[in-house]
Amino acid sequence: MKILVPIKRVVDYNVKVRPKEDGSDVDLANVKMSVNPFCEIAVEEAVRIKEAGQATEIVVVSIGTSKAQEQIRAAMALGADRGILVETEDKLEPLAVAKCLQKIYEEETPDLVIMGKQSIDGDNNQTGQMLAALLSLPQGTFASKLSLADGKCSVTREIDGGLQTLELKLPAIITTDLRLNEPRYASLPNIMKAKKKPLDVKALADLGVDSTPRVTLLSVEPPAERSAGVKVASIDELLDKLRNEAKVIQ
Amino acid sequence: MSVLIIAEHDNQSLKGASLNCIAAAGRLGEDLTVLVAGENAEGAANAAAAVSGVSKVLHADNAAYAHQLAENIAPLVAELAKAYEYVLCPSTTTGKNLLPRVAALLDVQSISDVMAIESADTFKRPIYAGNVIATVKSSDKIKLLSIRSTAFDAAAADGGSANIEKIDSVHDLGLSAFESEELAQSDRPELTAANVIVSGGRGMQNGENFQMLYDLADKFGGAVGASRAAVDAGYVPNDMQVGQTGKIVAPDLYVAIGISGAIQHLAGMKDSKVIVAINKDEDAPIFQVADYGLVADLFDAVPELLSKL
Repeated sequence: MKILVPIKRVVDYNVKVRPKEDGSDVDLANVKMSVNPFCEIAVEEAVRIKEAGQATEIVVVSIGTSKAQEQIRAAMALGADRGILVETEDKLEPLAVAKCLQKIYEEETPDLVIMGKQSIDGDNNQTGQMLAALLSLPQGTFASKLSLADGKCSVTREIDGGLQTLELKLPAIITTDLRLNEPRYASLPNIMKAKKKPLDVKALADLGVDSTPRVTLLSVEPPAERSAGVKVASIDELLDKLRNEAKVIQ
Repeated sequence: MSVLIIAEHDNQSLKGASLNCIAAAGRLGEDLTVLVAGENAEGAANAAAAVSGVSKVLHADNAAYAHQLAENIAPLVAELAKAYEYVLCPSTTTGKNLLPRVAALLDVQSISDVMAIESADTFKRPIYAGNVIATVKSSDKIKLLSIRSTAFDAAAADGGSANIEKIDSVHDLGLSAFESEELAQSDRPELTAANVIVSGGRGMQNGENFQMLYDLADKFGGAVGASRAAVDAGYVPNDMQVGQTGKIVAPDLYVAIGISGAIQHLAGMKDSKVIVAINKDEDAPIFQVADYGLVADLFDAVPELLSKL
């Protein structure tokens, strides 16, 4: 069984992003970039499936600038076997990303696609669902547990109010939620080994995908600030304020 | 302008988020059609017809739609959507699962988590975990929007008398099947609907200590939430998580206990009317957004608070 894992290079989750002064976009000059955390969970899950003897090959694909090779190497250091970079300077929208992944899927014909439920930059939470639609495949979004047997996959999903378990025919598209697993750290020998693994670079133009933007970013701004209130000295003072000043309790 | 709203429901009744979504739709047009797709969902269809402002209800009833499987409902919505300028759904896990699938079928770039409608084609939405608000303009012919419930007031659940039209179209792709569901059984209100929320963070130290917060929430008639740190530490299940990657809430009173106030958590609760923070670290960022802050050990403060309520 072959698993395809799409990943994205994003701002490291520890970076507090701010708008540029002219409000045209966010300021990403000289910030640390990493593998999107949900994508890292997807890589880890694929590696665990392979370690359990249920998969033979893990292919990682990323769409972005040549610098995204760093993130593909990072995924290979975690255990992916091979990488594909679809190189472009453009910022693609989820629909265009899904169309690129559709082409890669058709070339690679994997049995399972595992990817992050959202990237922590755009926060769209769309690409997996769109890819599943374009390929007419089942989708198991927001997965917190995954098991494979008999050409089927049982996926437990994080939904509002609890968990839902679905049975999907394979091939299927899975998107990861936080509790699916805890990704390992890459060991130094594995980082060295990853440098020698094959990484194929394709130009976006060669895929023949229409990536014309549908949505224009007009401006960005910081969220409305909430100002700090007062410190109270005791529970009695707190209750007095809540009852008589804020009037939110009886 | 005509708007199709995908109702979120449990077949018997409408979920609260549907009412906020209908109110948001009212900002875009007056011709509001609500789709109720489910199995034996007459109750939900009747509830949708009674919502103030709704012009028409489309009711698709089939076993294929029983569990809101995106594989089956997306083609139904895509088929209906062609007659509308907008398709809206709440940005809940159900909505987020479905809408992008519809969008790809229609070759449309949907817009997630809309928190403000600026004009017919321009919307505001949070990006980068709520650190930045983006204003975006859509050029798609049909606009697909998922609506952040806390950003819009709810439409009145009564006062309407829309016609209910049955839809016979059945899409059963046979790709996925429902196996089981484990929903938290609780007499407490749902997090996203509660007027009061008591939330705990890593400072709670373990899952057992959350019992104090349940007791406190019961005194207020409220719900219990948690920070991502508390979820990651395994104290409580993920469906209690308040924050950018969890639930977005805006109750009248939000009590943050042992929560430091990471940006990711603040993004999920800073629109609450009144915020109270109890934390022993006086430099905790949560105090920068709290209306009332108490610097104290929560293991002293919470029992005292319980005894005085």
